[in-house]
Amino acid sequence: MATLNTLMESLERVLGDKLASIKCALDEVTIEIKPADFIAAATLLRDHAELRFESCVDVCGVDYSAYKDSVWEGSRFAAVYHLNSYANNQRLRVRMFALDDDFPVVPTSVDIWPGNNWFEREAFDLYGIVFEGHPDLRRILTDYGFVGHPFRKDFPTSGYVEMRYDPEQGRVIYQPVTIDPREITPRIIREENYGGV
Amino acid sequence: MASEIRNYTLNFGPQHPAAHGVLRLVLELDGEVVERADPHIGLLHRATEKLAESKTYIQSLPYMDRLDYVSMMSNEHAYCMAIEKLLQLDVPVRAQYIRVMFDEITRILNHLMWIGAHGLDCGAMTIFLYAFREREDLMDVYEAVSGARMHAAYYRPGGVYRDLPDTMPQYQASKVRNAAAIRKLNENRQGSMLDFIEDFTNRFPTYVDEYETLLTDNRIWKQRTVGIGVLSPERAMALGLTGPMLRGSGVAWDLRKKQPYEVYDKLDFDIPVGVNGDCYDRYLVRMEEMRQSNRIIRQCVKWLRENPGPVITDNNKVAPPSRESMKTNMEDLIHHFKLFTEGMHVPEGEAYAAVEHPKGEFGIYMVSDGANKPYRLKIRAPGFAHLAALDEMARGHMLSDVVAIIGTQDIVFGEIDR
Repeated sequence: MATLNTLMESLERVLGDKLASIKCALDEVTIEIKPADFIAAATLLRDHAELRFESCVDVCGVDYSAYKDSVWEGSRFAAVYHLNSYANNQRLRVRMFALDDDFPVVPTSVDIWPGNNWFEREAFDLYGIVFEGHPDLRRILTDYGFVGHPFRKDFPTSGYVEMRYDPEQGRVIYQPVTIDPREITPRIIREENYGGV
Repeated sequence: MASEIRNYTLNFGPQHPAAHGVLRLVLELDGEVVERADPHIGLLHRATEKLAESKTYIQSLPYMDRLDYVSMMSNEHAYCMAIEKLLQLDVPVRAQYIRVMFDEITRILNHLMWIGAHGLDCGAMTIFLYAFREREDLMDVYEAVSGARMHAAYYRPGGVYRDLPDTMPQYQASKVRNAAAIRKLNENRQGSMLDFIEDFTNRFPTYVDEYETLLTDNRIWKQRTVGIGVLSPERAMALGLTGPMLRGSGVAWDLRKKQPYEVYDKLDFDIPVGVNGDCYDRYLVRMEEMRQSNRIIRQCVKWLRENPGPVITDNNKVAPPSRESMKTNMEDLIHHFKLFTEGMHVPEGEAYAAVEHPKGEFGIYMVSDGANKPYRLKIRAPGFAHLAALDEMARGHMLSDVVAIIGTQDIVFGEIDR
């Protein structure tokens, strides 16, 4: 716990007004950074002697639009970075909300952590978050010629098209899906202290 | 005319036997030298993370086995740890030892698969047969404890599904084997499962010696791996490589030591590191890791023999009550019903839990909004970062070295495509 407090203090001191918010929960420190400050802040996170987050373990997109099954206030898409410092043996989570919901754009971090290339391609593919300045922002996991961003909350789990072999045309064709998504166990959020826990 | 055409684009896979599953690699070659390697992935993409959003926590657990399908229990471990972190749930010590023991069994399983496949890729046939002989014993252990040879679904949030069995299943008489052969096969299966595991740990160091006799000083093996795919420690860290890929470059980073989880801080083991960061050093690191895993398993067996106890939490909001009390106690019946119809509720929040998976850092980032299903589940697969570094590692090498580099990365598509 002591080290987490030191980390939070140094983050506040080093990043200053680039820090939009800072929170510590479940022994993990989460900070938020605005897209405009990201490059400067990320460079500090990597190079500053007290922080030294040399490695970015993971980048992922999150779509908050259906959070708590209600209307989400604020930006819909976020890119979440998990940083790791080998020198100080510390972890940090950085969240950056994309300002525009219809065309979410955030700056790329490939120049700072070269390993993020594929992680950002994945977030672009699945959530449609555009990483500005990325050297090679192509789709990575979905099929060639796929339309849409499948991990968005408004994209159905069963998708829109299915693929089958058509014996008449002698090739594989796409057609609209013939299955309906079904929910076996309904999604439920209980109120606070439901059932005394 | 022919001498003017020097650049080729070569499509490698997805049906190539050295592509380890469904890797499609578009290689730009200058003669036989790789100028650019562009892996196309996603051919095994099953959207595990999206599926998890519409399933309860316990329903998603078996999907974890199918991520990295050669180290099944390690995947489950990270998933359970993320849920336990959000619930702030304590796991009984015996369950922690069982988990550590099976993590290490899984590490040996994974490395045996890797050495067999990597050997085959580089032209060493025999090692594959040796490795699969030992894998069979460990698969039997998996089956004895969970009922499934591969997709175990044995770890549960709050502990493990059930305690270790008192007897090791034995071979039955059959048409193809006579009684004497069956007796010989069952020789080390007379006692409990722990006896069988202990017998395995007694035999295993000799087996690793056998593998090393086949490969370590083998001239062909060294020609194929020494100086291939060299990564400096700084570059390996910047590229986000973890596990043996990082340790092969000389960075002594292992989550079991640096950020210990479960009971790893109570166990005695060493972390091997490489010097040159090439394929051969990574091979040596993994070989030594198998010996260290063997050491850990021995310590766990000893502890588990002496310390009986519960193996799953008694919090019935998370783990089901015993069958007996479910049938006699109204409260437990309700718990049982609610748990299996609605599932557990995980408090609102987010957590990242990582384990030292055989391939590297396997992490689960989980966002919960308080429902009975995760709001967002992100699987951080070590192989994803490793394959992303393939371009850099393969550049300037010969075409045949690409096969050695794919082998050294220990690529499994279940976790890369997810």
